[in-house]
Amino acid sequence: MDPAWDEFIITGEPFILAGQIAILVTTIGIIFILTYFKKWKWLWNEWITTPDHRKIGIMYIIASLLMMIRAGVDAMMMRTQLAAPNMPFLGEAQHYNEIFTTHGTIMIIFVATPFLIGLMNVAVPLQIGARDVAFPFVNNLSFWTFFWGAMLFNISFVIGGAPDAGWSAYMPLASNDLSMGPGQNFYLLGLQISGIGTLATGINLVTTIIKMRAKGMTLMRMPMFTWTTLITSLIIIGSFPILTVALAMQTFDRLWDAAFFTLQDGGMPMMWVNLFWLWGHPEVYIVILPAFGIFSEIITTFARKRLFGYTSMVFAIAAISGLSFLVWVHHFFTMGAGPMVNSFFSISTMAIAVPTGVKIFNWLATLHRGRIRFNVPMVWALGFIPNFTIGGVTGVMLAMAAADYQYHNTYFLVSHFHYVLIAGTIFGCFAGTIYWWPKMFGVKLNERLGHWVFWLFMIGFNVTFFPQYFLGLDGMPRRIYTYFPEDGWFSLNFLSTVGAYMMGFAFVLLVYNMYYSYRYEKRETSGDAWGGRTLEWATSSAIPPHYNFAQIPEVKDQDAFWQMKQEGVDPNGVEEYQDVHMPNHSGNPFVMCVFMFIGGFGLVFHWWTIGIIGALGIFACMIQRSFSRDDGHIVSAEEVRKEEAEIREGQANENG
Amino acid sequence: MRMDNKIDPKELEDFPDEERPLEYQTETGSLNIFGFWMFLGAEIVLFSALFGTYFVLIFRTDSSVLPTELFDMGLVLAMTFTLLTSSFTSGLAINEMRLGNARRMMIWIGITLVLGLGFLGMEIYEFVEFASEGATLATSAFWSAFFLLLGTHGVHVAMGVAWFIIILIQIKMRGLNPVTANKTFIASLYWHFLDVIWIFIFTGVYLLRLVIA
Amino acid sequence: MSNGTAATKKGHFPWKHVVGFISSIVLTLVALWIAFYSAFSVRTIIVLIFSLAFIQAALQLLMFMHMAESSNGRIQVGHILFSAFVAIVVALGSYWVMEFGIHLEHHM
Repeated sequence: MDPAWDEFIITGEPFILAGQIAILVTTIGIIFILTYFKKWKWLWNEWITTPDHRKIGIMYIIASLLMMIRAGVDAMMMRTQLAAPNMPFLGEAQHYNEIFTTHGTIMIIFVATPFLIGLMNVAVPLQIGARDVAFPFVNNLSFWTFFWGAMLFNISFVIGGAPDAGWSAYMPLASNDLSMGPGQNFYLLGLQISGIGTLATGINLVTTIIKMRAKGMTLMRMPMFTWTTLITSLIIIGSFPILTVALAMQTFDRLWDAAFFTLQDGGMPMMWVNLFWLWGHPEVYIVILPAFGIFSEIITTFARKRLFGYTSMVFAIAAISGLSFLVWVHHFFTMGAGPMVNSFFSISTMAIAVPTGVKIFNWLATLHRGRIRFNVPMVWALGFIPNFTIGGVTGVMLAMAAADYQYHNTYFLVSHFHYVLIAGTIFGCFAGTIYWWPKMFGVKLNERLGHWVFWLFMIGFNVTFFPQYFLGLDGMPRRIYTYFPEDGWFSLNFLSTVGAYMMGFAFVLLVYNMYYSYRYEKRETSGDAWGGRTLEWATSSAIPPHYNFAQIPEVKDQDAFWQMKQEGVDPNGVEEYQDVHMPNHSGNPFVMCVFMFIGGFGLVFHWWTIGIIGALGIFACMIQRSFSRDDGHIVSAEEVRKEEAEIREGQANENG
Repeated sequence: MRMDNKIDPKELEDFPDEERPLEYQTETGSLNIFGFWMFLGAEIVLFSALFGTYFVLIFRTDSSVLPTELFDMGLVLAMTFTLLTSSFTSGLAINEMRLGNARRMMIWIGITLVLGLGFLGMEIYEFVEFASEGATLATSAFWSAFFLLLGTHGVHVAMGVAWFIIILIQIKMRGLNPVTANKTFIASLYWHFLDVIWIFIFTGVYLLRLVIA
Repeated sequence: MSNGTAATKKGHFPWKHVVGFISSIVLTLVALWIAFYSAFSVRTIIVLIFSLAFIQAALQLLMFMHMAESSNGRIQVGHILFSAFVAIVVALGSYWVMEFGIHLEHHM
């Protein structure tokens, strides 16, 4: 395939032209600002090459927010197109297909997953009393694979054409015959590259949590967010390789005429669906379990009570992780597998409601008789419980195989998964970001604006998606780009669009709040911004020093920091400072991932030479890494003492 | 991280009967080994997806040449024993490493490398043979699944060979120390693992297909 | 070259490895015999050869790879068992589902 240049760069679409201009202007703007303020070196030294888990976490969160804007704009465009029958807004079905494909893919792969990984990076090493993750170099590499994978996927918008086969990329729709051009290749390679990083993060976090906990922190004393991170990471290890294989097979089908999922030569399109959901269902739990962990942390902190039913919570998470691998067929009941198969998966799916229900009751029991403070993170957590339950209940309705034949591919399903993914994952991401914001930037987000954001978003969310249940029951199929007046779907669709704009406005307000609070809010003086219970709040300063703890605290209780405060123990009252060993910066991962991007770009267009250059570059980086002697560096006891003294002095000045 | 922080032997009783082996002596080394086991878990799942696809597509040869006509059990047995033996020799290398014999260890790694290359040679020969009979990746669903599964394993073996060579160079340059010992140990874990996968390829790809023919 | 810290072993002969190696070869040959020369039904043969493969894999993991050693041995073993569970779900589950729940014998 040798596309002509006018096919290479997409032309003739007003929205895409606007996008191209926006990208060009933004890029020039960023380069200009960095050069003008002489920030290139700072960017490279302080951020791009950093092994620091907190900074990597912040980069994940910023990148995910940017991706959320991109996919959110897609959502707005979809809702505008569907606001009224026969809308001429997007012109044709093709453009609509591309938009719902990129919306879904980006929201799952480049927003939900990395957002939560970012929060894990910020909080988990602190929660377990570690100085960093087990493999800081790999952590940096993981971020850049995600970033460059996302970039590769996103440039399809302006170069070559966006994928249009849905985020689930079913074959044969995604095959060369029905999805011509390079769009689908961008999907395959972008996801492949970022998938490597997700798997590496999973391995990294399991090793960190198992091997690097502070003294006295037994498994059953770990904070709930650390527990969910551990289990999530195990699910990542068990599921992402399946995606790797499925993507590789589709890539071989498209690039080298293999016959895995084709209609001819004995291929089996449904095998793609099977493999995709073998990964896809565990992925759903990858993005929901950490959110559960975040809510558990927030509810205990703001109800000022110990988590109710800690042990049952842990077993519930473990049960969910095991079951998550046994339910995948409920995504394609309508394939028409035999009654045995459909019954089995119907029952296993319903079984998941049991441990999830246990968790809901545990949260409610934790709130019971708590001294609740209604800070912004808490209102998100309280909003999560009823909204998520609506999503869960409709999930059990969908789990009944016979009934699913009615719901399948309608807006009922669309509404169901938005209720769990937004009320669960997105509420969780927002709540976690606001909760740990002072840990990241040393300042709280403005509470008044924060409450506005919550109410606008929560109401907007229900206005958007609640009507969609009824549209679905009324037979409106998903993924249609328009409908007729006589279908009778206008009023509910219009309502839904109004809600979507409310959510969009709330999101803009949230981003503005980040800017506003950074400019005008009071700086935090201590590490304990909310009256926290777990170790991340025990640091000597609001933004933890780069070594996290001058002395690793000793844990004696499930709520380690709370117990210290009760007994009047100062975790930072160090008598004798010791040398601290910290990892070195490295530019290797960034360069390696640029080569992944280059190689992937070459493969998208069948430009083998560029593909080979990318592969050679990756190998060169790996060999360089193998031969380099990276022993990290020592921060001497004296330096630690000085830094701690400075922090103390600063706090004394602030307070008095 | 923490390369030179030796673990206090009294703190952890990992190896109650004997002294702590070289590859476990630094905290980084210990983390690396544990992390690698986590990675091997991912590899098991990766191959299971390839096997699952092969099982599902096992009769889907369409109108192409049948595997029963092409599979050569003599060659497969030769490949099996070559890889089994190489797994054994890489185990002996680690045994020597734990005894502190760097030279003997390198000799066993060298033998492992030769066997690994021999295996790759036979596999390439097999693939070329099959292709000349008209069975390629693009022939039919069955052959796609066959070549992707075997090819993924073959690429892993090739990576293992390259990895061992790089480690040998580093031992030559820097001697046998906790860092190089750690790398050798992990590479040998990888090598044994490829043998484990091959056991399932022998059974699940060749024997199974010939038995149900 | 070597600093010999670990060179204080009693037995120098690698018994574990030799036993593992010999049993691998024997198990391979037994599987071969069962597949081509035994009189079992196809179903029995499949069950038997896969059982042998799992035994051989376990031998490799324990004899050659020292899976259970070090303070994290139990976690390592647990993790590999978890991965094996997922692997069986993926491989056999896919087969079962894609054959629509119809049994293997259907084809024979």
